[in-house]
Amino acid sequence: MSLHRSLGLTDSEYEMIVGILGRSPNHLELAMYSVMWSEHCSYKSSRVHLGRLPSKGENVLVGPGENAGVIDIGDGIAVAIRMESHNHPSAIEPYQGAATGVGGILRDIFTMGARPIALFDSLRMGPFEDAKNRWIFSGVVSGISGYGNAVGVPTVGGEIVFDKSFSSNPLVNVAAIGILPKDRLVLAKASGVGNLAVLLGSSTGRDGIGGVSVLASSGFDDSSAEKRPSVQVGDPYEEKRLIEACLELLDMKVVVGIQDLGGAGISCATSETAANAGMGMDVYISEIPVREADMEPFEIMTSESQERMLAIVSPASLEQVLAVAKKWEISASVVGVVTDPVVLPSGKSVGILRVYDKPNGELLAEVPAASLADEAPKYRREMSEPPDLQARRSLEAGFQADKSNLENDLKSMLFDPSWIFSQYDHQLFLNTVVKPGQDATLLKAAGPGVGYTGKGIGASADGNSRWCAVDPKGGAAMVVAESALNVALVGAEPACLVDCLNFGNPEHPVVMWQLSEAIDGIALACQALGIPVVGGNVSFYNEVNGADIDPAPVVTTLGVVQTLIRRPPGIGFVKPASLVLVGNTQRNLAGSRWAYQLKNDNSGSLPKLDLEAHRSLLRAMVNLVWNSEEYVVSALHDVSDGGLALALVEMILAGELGVEISKGAISDHVDLFSESPSRVLVATGKPEAVVGHVSGQGLSARVIGEVTGSRLYIPGLVNLSIDELRKTVKENAITRVGS
Amino acid sequence: MTTKSIGIIVFPGSNCEYDVASVLEAMGTKTRFIWHGQGDLGDVSGLILPGGFAHGDYLRPGAIARFSPVMSSVREFAKSGRSVLGICNGFQVLTEAGLLPGALQKNAHLKFLCKEVELEVASAKSSATSLTEIGQRLRLPINHFEGNYTCDPGTLGELESNNQVVLRYVDNPNGSMNSIAGVCSIERNVVGMMPHPERACDDLLGSVDGLQIFKSFISNL
Repeated sequence: MSLHRSLGLTDSEYEMIVGILGRSPNHLELAMYSVMWSEHCSYKSSRVHLGRLPSKGENVLVGPGENAGVIDIGDGIAVAIRMESHNHPSAIEPYQGAATGVGGILRDIFTMGARPIALFDSLRMGPFEDAKNRWIFSGVVSGISGYGNAVGVPTVGGEIVFDKSFSSNPLVNVAAIGILPKDRLVLAKASGVGNLAVLLGSSTGRDGIGGVSVLASSGFDDSSAEKRPSVQVGDPYEEKRLIEACLELLDMKVVVGIQDLGGAGISCATSETAANAGMGMDVYISEIPVREADMEPFEIMTSESQERMLAIVSPASLEQVLAVAKKWEISASVVGVVTDPVVLPSGKSVGILRVYDKPNGELLAEVPAASLADEAPKYRREMSEPPDLQARRSLEAGFQADKSNLENDLKSMLFDPSWIFSQYDHQLFLNTVVKPGQDATLLKAAGPGVGYTGKGIGASADGNSRWCAVDPKGGAAMVVAESALNVALVGAEPACLVDCLNFGNPEHPVVMWQLSEAIDGIALACQALGIPVVGGNVSFYNEVNGADIDPAPVVTTLGVVQTLIRRPPGIGFVKPASLVLVGNTQRNLAGSRWAYQLKNDNSGSLPKLDLEAHRSLLRAMVNLVWNSEEYVVSALHDVSDGGLALALVEMILAGELGVEISKGAISDHVDLFSESPSRVLVATGKPEAVVGHVSGQGLSARVIGEVTGSRLYIPGLVNLSIDELRKTVKENAITRVGS
Repeated sequence: MTTKSIGIIVFPGSNCEYDVASVLEAMGTKTRFIWHGQGDLGDVSGLILPGGFAHGDYLRPGAIARFSPVMSSVREFAKSGRSVLGICNGFQVLTEAGLLPGALQKNAHLKFLCKEVELEVASAKSSATSLTEIGQRLRLPINHFEGNYTCDPGTLGELESNNQVVLRYVDNPNGSMNSIAGVCSIERNVVGMMPHPERACDDLLGSVDGLQIFKSFISNL
């Protein structure tokens, strides 16, 4: 096989490179293009669609395309947010795959000058009855715990979903939030001729070579374990010192620009910083500290060794930079210098990235920086609807399913996520007002170096591959709507979101159709709800032995509380009250957990989502949360996954009381398990006032029962004691299956 | 009183130093970070070793930190009878440094554990529990992998007969001997505890029981 193909480049891509250079590339140049033009780094299959996402907003300081999105939350404070997938490494080597996912996303945050203050993990795993899935799941959780706790950034939320679609191909999506004084915001730019490129942090090894091109740009089959050497190895202690050193450097204002080294390593950091500034850069291989002897230049230039940063520093500031590095015991080496762009005969000025073996040494590679960073081909890949789509839509979901044992169906859905959260430090920095396990996390907007000004941040990570398998557009819109509602239920006004688009093989037309539809769905919902998309990531090639995963766009929505003075009500039933259901339950089970997962039924069209009404609902809920005393609201919870049935169980288990549903209020399996959007359960001592309040916003609401006693009692359908529910949760715990 | 300040020892890898400082400052007490590489403690009246992962917890928690240059000054400071409090990783460092008896091994169920637990004051005669009462219940968060207190039977007997156990778990979460969550030195000025009192000093976060510990500590400066 030819060299370019073995590196993952197509013949036509090779011809493009020849065209750019006006000659054949050498091995090193080819290696650099292969990683920079990989699907993972260049978004070559998704870029033509991503532009449809709305990314503008009054509060947006930095939108998509940078290391992280940044919004202004007022009082001189900004918040950075970023979300990324680490699916492929986690499937091959769960602990390190998940750990380095955490490390990578944190570098994206502090690269912007922000102090990372929160991590979220959205996990989709195969059923844990299977031993391999269990190995992946517990390895991933240990990796997040091991890295996140030691690096000193709390993991404050996330989600866990078990679904057969993710057997052997788990989805590990990580989001991070950082906080910064607005004036510390920095971008990854290498400006100023003669400025120095200083490599900070770990030495460069052979780990993770070709991670983006070999690992993340193809699916899984039985030989995938051989790719384990392409997974990087993380060191949270190195990262912790790197965070402190970089934030200290940024506070001292001695760096011109800074960029993390992630996928594609030094090739990426040098070409991107140079391209962003329209400059060139000379890089000296001999000056890059390496971990192993006899490393080839192409290995050094493409290694994905973790915990490295590239700072652009003026020669006058170098001594100060080296002193800070010494204090934090991190290595710092001048590995390059910023150069003037070259003016081509056409008059166009181009920054050139040159790689030398040593200063004044032999020239090993010479390529236009922007051609690596920005000029990868864009593909408009073929798209087609799934062949069975129309047939599926013509059927009613759950119509033929067995409805005989609804209590057992409900019991099979119970899982206690505290097994996961208790392994994560979720309280560091004293910000966590609402802990993981509720609708959303609520944090004080503060952090070391950024004082508390009384503002809060609500955030929630959400996805739903079942809805998206039935209808990627409608499903993605419902995901955004749910995420925004979760944030509103801790009293935060949705302000922005980031997405992680997890899909199968882009060479399959159905997958590209799913992606395109999902992007339209996110765009539709974000537009209608006024939520800008400030960043995102696409993960393709999630396929095992040729079978694509269900489409799984996952979003993390961030909301803002202007004045956080007390705790919002939780989801638990803590005192006797009336139970109000806000919103309508549609007679529709399409995409529901009951129909899709339990009954293997993927038919039907999703319940309708009225985005205008949903926006009113968000407003009404934020209002209700902060006026919970006036409305005597003791609990609120959205109705989503598992429908009313699961929502009621979650409210019971989070509190101490049971619930008695009025006769006829929930009349059959459709009422129990429908996942109609825009619904909230509210426990209140003043039901008329709550109904009046939401009716005033044009929304429907009615009393459906009473919070009382010690049972979940739904006449004619479910009658389970709290003890029985708790026992079931214990039985469903992963530890019972073995770990 | 107001002029007295507390030194917070910062190792590379520490991460609770800002949290402890913000709580103490909010209580009106001055704080100062003391970098692990310096021997001079300055004119502080008490020392706190905060939580985190000093030196990455490499080898085992506290095993490298005990060799940090600052530790000989901490030892002298403790010898002089002034108050020293180690929280979580700080407790681990103090046991490794020999300033407190026993050791902290991996939790019995071999998982990291972050949760709120109930504690009972076992002795009010220590620099960090002097304003509490024996039998008083406190709700404080724990956050550790290596919090399982252990020691040889002779040491355990001495700890109990000298009333050196200051805090016990009501429902032992990690396998600690005699449910020990915190101990003090025989002179009662050096205290180590696995729970994080600084995480329970704000109504907005759900509990203020940790204030009892810091009020006690400040009263003994």
